[in-house]
Amino acid sequence: MPMKITNQIKDTTIIITLDGELDASSSVMLDEALSDPEIMTYSKILVDCENLNYISSAGLGVFISHLQRFEDAQIKLIFYNMQDKVRNVFEILGLDLLMTIVSDYEEAMTIADE
Amino acid sequence: MNNKITVSCTKKNLKQIRDFVTVYLAGYKLSDILMNQIVLAVDEICANLIIHANQEDPSKFISLGITEKSGMLKFEITDNGVAFRRSEYREPNIEEHIRIGKKGGVGIALVNRIMDRVEFESDERQNTCLLYKKIK
Repeated sequence: MPMKITNQIKDTTIIITLDGELDASSSVMLDEALSDPEIMTYSKILVDCENLNYISSAGLGVFISHLQRFEDAQIKLIFYNMQDKVRNVFEILGLDLLMTIVSDYEEAMTIADE
Repeated sequence: MNNKITVSCTKKNLKQIRDFVTVYLAGYKLSDILMNQIVLAVDEICANLIIHANQEDPSKFISLGITEKSGMLKFEITDNGVAFRRSEYREPNIEEHIRIGKKGGVGIALVNRIMDRVEFESDERQNTCLLYKKIK
């Protein structure tokens, strides 16, 4: 299995843990997870990227395609624990300036509570 | 060293292509970031060929060959599907993609920004994409 997605709920926050490689094949799973109507009931979506070893444009595209919907619903989408090589892919397209990427869980929770 | 791989046109084979590129490049002592960028650029082209040019038809195939000369890596990717029309390509406006919730269309932008040279050629026999990256 190239990609494993697990969810953890803490009050109004959902923590999505990505484990594996997010490519044109596996990104379909992520799209399904983010399209679940239940996700709109949370105020914060934290994405733990510690074990996300790879992301292609298909993976980025999933986040790009949902971002506005979350913003319109005032749901914060925050990435944390991102490996440098994965962050670099966000940076190549300037997505690091359009999305919230922080260093660790504590910082993600602090921002999420603002 | 084995420098050529052929896979059928299903998205599940992208992992095999990335692993092949990673193994080929292992001896060049590239940084994690550069290694990942090069693997990504090849993956993006192959994904486009599998999905768009060959409609994920497992009876069709794409081939990737890698060579290195004087510190210049050359990736040659061939298929027999619908040719990429570069003249119709437009650089994406990412903020617009976010606004309208668009899912695709940023892969070639990544390739163009990562690679030193990107060429597309087609003749009656096949389509060829050539990617060049200076590593030394």
